[in-house]
Amino acid sequence: MHPLLKKRSARPTLLLGNHAIVRGALEAGVAFVTCYPGTPSSEISDAFFDLSAETDVYFEYSTNEKVALEVGAGAAGSGLRTLVIMKHVGVNVAADPLMTLAYVGVEGGMVVISADDPSLFSSQNEQDNRYYGKLSGLPILEPSSPQEAKDMTLAAFDLSEQLKLPVILRTTTRINHARGPVTLGAMKKRVTRGVFEKNPAMKVTLPAVSRNLHRVLLEKIDQASGLAEASPFNLLDGRGKWGIITNGVSYNYVTDALADLSLKGKVAVLRLGFTHPFPKSKVQRFLKGKDKVLVVEELEPYLEEETKIAAQEAGLTLEISGKSPKLFPRLFELNPGLVRDRIADFFGVKHKAAGPIRVTDLPPIPARPPNLCPGCPHRATFFAVKKVSGEDMVYPTDIGCYTLGFMPPLRTADFLLCMGSSISTACGISKATGRKIVAFIGDSTFFHSGMTGLVDAVHNKHNVLLIVLDNGTTAMTGHQIHPGVDTEPLGRDRTQVKPEAVARGLGVTDVAVIQPRNMKKMETAVREALSRPGVSVIVSEELCPLFARRVGKLPKRPVYMVDPALCKNDRDCLNTLACPAFYLEEEAVKINPDLCVGCAVCSQVCPEHAIRPVKQGASS
Amino acid sequence: MKAIRIHITGVGGQGTLLATNLLGEAALLAGVNANISEVHGMAQRGGVVESAVVLGPALSSIVSDGEADILLGFEPSETLRAAAKCHAGSLVVTNSHPLPPFTVSIGQGAYPNVDAALALLAKRVARLVSLDADAYAHQAGSVLSANMVMLGALIKNADLPISAAQVKRAIRQNVRPQFIDMNLKAFDLGFKHS
Repeated sequence: MHPLLKKRSARPTLLLGNHAIVRGALEAGVAFVTCYPGTPSSEISDAFFDLSAETDVYFEYSTNEKVALEVGAGAAGSGLRTLVIMKHVGVNVAADPLMTLAYVGVEGGMVVISADDPSLFSSQNEQDNRYYGKLSGLPILEPSSPQEAKDMTLAAFDLSEQLKLPVILRTTTRINHARGPVTLGAMKKRVTRGVFEKNPAMKVTLPAVSRNLHRVLLEKIDQASGLAEASPFNLLDGRGKWGIITNGVSYNYVTDALADLSLKGKVAVLRLGFTHPFPKSKVQRFLKGKDKVLVVEELEPYLEEETKIAAQEAGLTLEISGKSPKLFPRLFELNPGLVRDRIADFFGVKHKAAGPIRVTDLPPIPARPPNLCPGCPHRATFFAVKKVSGEDMVYPTDIGCYTLGFMPPLRTADFLLCMGSSISTACGISKATGRKIVAFIGDSTFFHSGMTGLVDAVHNKHNVLLIVLDNGTTAMTGHQIHPGVDTEPLGRDRTQVKPEAVARGLGVTDVAVIQPRNMKKMETAVREALSRPGVSVIVSEELCPLFARRVGKLPKRPVYMVDPALCKNDRDCLNTLACPAFYLEEEAVKINPDLCVGCAVCSQVCPEHAIRPVKQGASS
Repeated sequence: MKAIRIHITGVGGQGTLLATNLLGEAALLAGVNANISEVHGMAQRGGVVESAVVLGPALSSIVSDGEADILLGFEPSETLRAAAKCHAGSLVVTNSHPLPPFTVSIGQGAYPNVDAALALLAKRVARLVSLDADAYAHQAGSVLSANMVMLGALIKNADLPISAAQVKRAIRQNVRPQFIDMNLKAFDLGFKHS
């Protein structure tokens, strides 16, 4: 049995924040779950993928976040409790249906997870999605711990059904990837069959309908304001003339800081967990009689600005501070030491932190950036493409492991905005610079949002070569399935859609499928594609070796070695291909047999043909 | 008790996250509150993997510079990279077995003389314990058990409210059956030889 399906227990279980969200949804009787994977949210969907095999919870990896939200809206509109999971930038993709779903509303409870990533551990930006609450009108809950992530998920379903609105649970990496004790409650019985009640006058968003629905939404926001004012998730700790307003993970740092500074009981703390609609009256009551108030929050001054509005409307003139050069930055996540120091500064409290030891005279440590794995087929593709199209070529790229083509010596990444941007930005660059441009996109990203750009390229007669790096999985986020994946080895029954078939169907006539381990073939295909004007697609097809190993499809191939009798130490292998299985020993290039997967790409790069397979049974 | 802040660093593939979780599970068995943070995603493609365990009365799950009571380093250059996490009273427990980053192989930087640098670091903190965890892991059956060697060394040298027996129970409860014996052996070797 999946561990998240365990019976209720008063004894706490150590759970990842993301798994606490899964459990909260199960306790709420969630019946329908959709997502597009993305760090830091992926473990939520991975757990549902696993446990959907042994329960009647419907789960799908949707093509993208917009689709996930729309599929979810259909289910929630038919009365099922529905969870939709995405990372913060995924909400941008889903924003179009989200804004109008707020008008139409839901029947079954619907919770949308927005997993934000302050400090950009694994994202292209660190936007603060609390503003989506204001933009859409939807309620936002923000947990401070794994236990609360579970409690709020559970409560969010009830809140959603009470308001007939989707509720956003906004987390950050330090909640998703925190692990802490969580108590498991009873799981409500799931309702897995729904009914769609027809009511076009309220559900078909023609202008005349939506004029009315906007009014309805404003009434629901008023109702939600009342619930936020009374919410137990807005906690008041302590009392005093000084105040702190905070949220999410910052609350933990504030609490620890007040203990360290012996200020517990002297500073009143208002921890807001129901942050949209903003509980204005509650905050006004908190502000009254305070000398000064500090707002501690990560990223944008969302609570700070709302607090200042609340103070102005109540005629209060006390000092309210948060984001400023002397206090908190708008960049990156906060940390306990920083929060403690700023609290001490703001309230003029002396404190003596031990402080870090001196490290300036320690030797510099070489960087350890993430890298494409040994035997990664992307390395072979990048190498072959670059060999043909050269250093001058502009390479728009996309989001996935292959963004690491950015790293030297491959350097095959020049422009990146978001999922799917490779093909469309290539069209613009090609028109502006007057040459055929080579763009890279992964298989999952191609289905997510590359297809629409490709139609544009065909229709508008752009001059681009799109290379689809088809490694048969969504590798970066942990090997999730997508429409192009053969799911049979995973014991799942999904229809496989091949990127080359999609490309042909979209009107691309110049389509080739090449296995990148055959570098000569890849070079020829790229050369020919670049010699022809118009849209070309090359699908570079080879399973991710990590995924292949997991599903027992990694071919048994001999590992390779450098033959010292033939090696002239040109180091082309190291300097131009740079597979991490290479290392230097006494100035000679060697191959680590524990890392080599036998892809044979390096043997095709070596001018001396000095890289050869290790004979079976021979030791390296 | 006072909160004990442990910062853990290593390289993707070394099993730092499993060690982190087992420490948390053992804390739970000991009735000690544990808040843990991990980094997943991009950082795991051969990059640095950092995590933290905060034991006792604290809500935070990450450790700021100068606030680590214990720095547990699974690779010596990564221990040095994270040295600013330490204060003058910190305990450092580090693996001495180097795993040079790939950037060194392609000539983008030199791997430091870690023995000399660790000796310098030892003078700045209360105590530094260094052991070749990979060698003991080999002895236990696989280099993959170096994380358990490090846990053994941590439990032996740190003044934690968690016993060796509790960590071993956590190993038995949470590690796949076929690896339990090797992991327990590795834990014992780390405990004995540090």
